[in-house]
Amino acid sequence: MSLSIRNLRKSYIEPTGRRLPILNVESFEIASAEQVVLVGSSGGGKTTLLNVIAGITSADSGSVTIDGVDVTSLPEAGRDRFRAQRIGYVFQTFHLLPAFTALENVLLGMSFSGRKADRHRAAELLKRVGLGQRLDHRPTALSVGEQQRVAVARSLANSPSLLLADEPTANVDTANQDHILELIRGACTEHGVSLLMVTHSRDVASRFDRIENLSDFNRPEVAA
Amino acid sequence: MTLLAIAWKSMRQRSLSSLLTALSVALGVMLMVAVLVINGIVSDTFRQKGTGFNLIISSPGSDLATVLSCVYRIGLPGEPLPWRFYEEDILKNPAIESAIPMTMGDATQAGGFPIVGTTAEFFGMEYEPGKHFRVKGQDPRKLLTGPFDAIIGDRVARENGWDLGSEFSLIHGGMDDHVHDEKFKVVGILAMTGTANDKTVFVNLDGFFSMSGHDKPATEALKRLRDFGYEVTPQQEQTLLKAAAELAHHGEEEAAGDHAGHEHHGHFHSLPNDLKEVSFILVRTKRPAQAIMLTAEINEGVRAMAVNPIRPMARFLDNFVGSIRTVLLFLTALIVVVAGVGIFVSIYNSMADRRREIAIMRALGAQRVTVMLIILGESLLLCLSGGLLGFTLGHGLVFVAAPFIESRAGILVNPFKFELLEIALLPMLLVMAILAGVLPGLAAYRTDVASSLSD
Ligand SMILES: Nc1ncnc2c1ncn2[C@@H]1O[C@H](COP(=O)(O)OP(=O)(O)OP(=O)(O)O)[C@@H](O)[C@H]1O
Ligand SMILES: [Mg+2]
Repeated sequence: MSLSIRNLRKSYIEPTGRRLPILNVESFEIASAEQVVLVGSSGGGKTTLLNVIAGITSADSGSVTIDGVDVTSLPEAGRDRFRAQRIGYVFQTFHLLPAFTALENVLLGMSFSGRKADRHRAAELLKRVGLGQRLDHRPTALSVGEQQRVAVARSLANSPSLLLADEPTANVDTANQDHILELIRGACTEHGVSLLMVTHSRDVASRFDRIENLSDFNRPEVAA
Repeated sequence: MTLLAIAWKSMRQRSLSSLLTALSVALGVMLMVAVLVINGIVSDTFRQKGTGFNLIISSPGSDLATVLSCVYRIGLPGEPLPWRFYEEDILKNPAIESAIPMTMGDATQAGGFPIVGTTAEFFGMEYEPGKHFRVKGQDPRKLLTGPFDAIIGDRVARENGWDLGSEFSLIHGGMDDHVHDEKFKVVGILAMTGTANDKTVFVNLDGFFSMSGHDKPATEALKRLRDFGYEVTPQQEQTLLKAAAELAHHGEEEAAGDHAGHEHHGHFHSLPNDLKEVSFILVRTKRPAQAIMLTAEINEGVRAMAVNPIRPMARFLDNFVGSIRTVLLFLTALIVVVAGVGIFVSIYNSMADRRREIAIMRALGAQRVTVMLIILGESLLLCLSGGLLGFTLGHGLVFVAAPFIESRAGILVNPFKFELLEIALLPMLLVMAILAGVLPGLAAYRTDVASSLSD
């Protein structure tokens, strides 16, 4: 099993002090090299779930186990390192660093993993997503679709075993949407990476063998 | 990418403000370096550790002016002393081992180097404890024999391009345009001493006296001798007046243009002793302790003054130059500190905009400590690049200013001079970088990833 979630709870504290429960997942699993698409209503907690899996947001209780490692029990620094080395994440809003070129953004992804930043490999990844001619462009000099592809290249930089993708095909036209989807799925198939991808597009979702609706396994309203 | 490379690239976003803050550090460091180096040059120049003599005897006045003029050859000497004082009071004093007369006041026409009229005995003295004058392997004491012989310092030779056999003219002291007719000839070039002797031209005392204008008018000389309390018999007075009249006659002949057939520096008229004067007498007592007694003895009277050749300058440097240095260093350090505050403000202000940047790095797997180090690295880069620039500019400033200081102050300046204390700037800049970067660094450390990402 690549990813396994048990009794995961997450709630936010509102400014008024009231608890706002978002996640209550009893069990959720993804097998090795499996590709899963996650759908659900806006504000349902999809991004929150991805952030908890990545260790960016900490859970209130329960466990997230990735490749046999219970990441929820790791100290923060350990979770950071695990995220850098094992998890790829295409953020909903790309999160490219404006001060860095496309190439440097990919290199930055490598820098924090403790491995040597490999310029050649970074350039290769950008070529694969069709940005071979855009290596030295800053994000502001790239179209939205191009930025999204840089984000995809960066997420693959450290050869992760689990790839999280938060609506990577939003904001782009259908041609680009198909291209990005192919890139992500192709890379995952090629390297046996497990994929959890969020989308709002029925069309995109329909191409996956396994479609999960968050509301089917998440019952935040059920009290602990 | 290394953390410093990340810090550097992230700084490009704010290149103008980064450049300006680094420049402000550079400015402060430049001034500090300049103060340190110039002060070092001044101290080196004026902190001669010793001389071959342990007393200078001059006419009464400022001891510092006497030392400056006699040892460092800066400024004109005071009122001269009659030759009789040298011969009868000083030479005959039983405490004295050697006493060397010295006249000053003229300068070379080329380059304006100070002229010292003295005897060959001068070169028998050590110029600093344990160091003897050398003239390309020869003994300088055997060189200054002819009346118009000259021995020149190393720097004089280099700057004026003079060599053995070169001839030169003197400008009469205090009068810019009066060039003496007599020409002196270089018979020896001193090896470098690292003292004011390097920029001095030593001429034979007799030749110096023989030049027109270096003899005291007879009536004045007589008055001065009597002021000093010497007895002048009517017979002596007659002889003196007669000799003076003869000299004046010679002078007129020369002035009338009767130069034909003369060898240029050939005419040497010996001067009666009572028309001679010396600027300083360099004295070495037989035992060091005697210097104290001799000083007391001489300073008791009003005719002359005995001065330690080292102490007035050391006192001046410690009290005056030292305090000025402290004040200047304090002020320039303040500029550096203000620049450090500038770095802090610049980085701290940028932190609000960079919460997202930091959160993204964290989301990519950077640890809290890592992002903190990146911010510290930025502060470090600003301080060190500013420091390096300031260091270069500071030495550049000294390099450019060196000729001006030399011509204005008569101090020899090594434009490549490096002060050991400059090394202390490095830890100072490091500490400043850490102080300026630590608060923004902590802000980076505390950045909450999830909430900052969604901003
Ligand atoms: N840091 C936070 N503090 C408080 N509430 C939050 C925070 N982050 C998200 N929420 C709330 O949690 C809920 C789930 O948000 P989340 O971003 O996970 O939804 P989502 O399913 O990804 O929605 P979308 O499809 O629009 O991206 C929302 O109601 C949101 O307002
Ligand atoms: Mg979302």
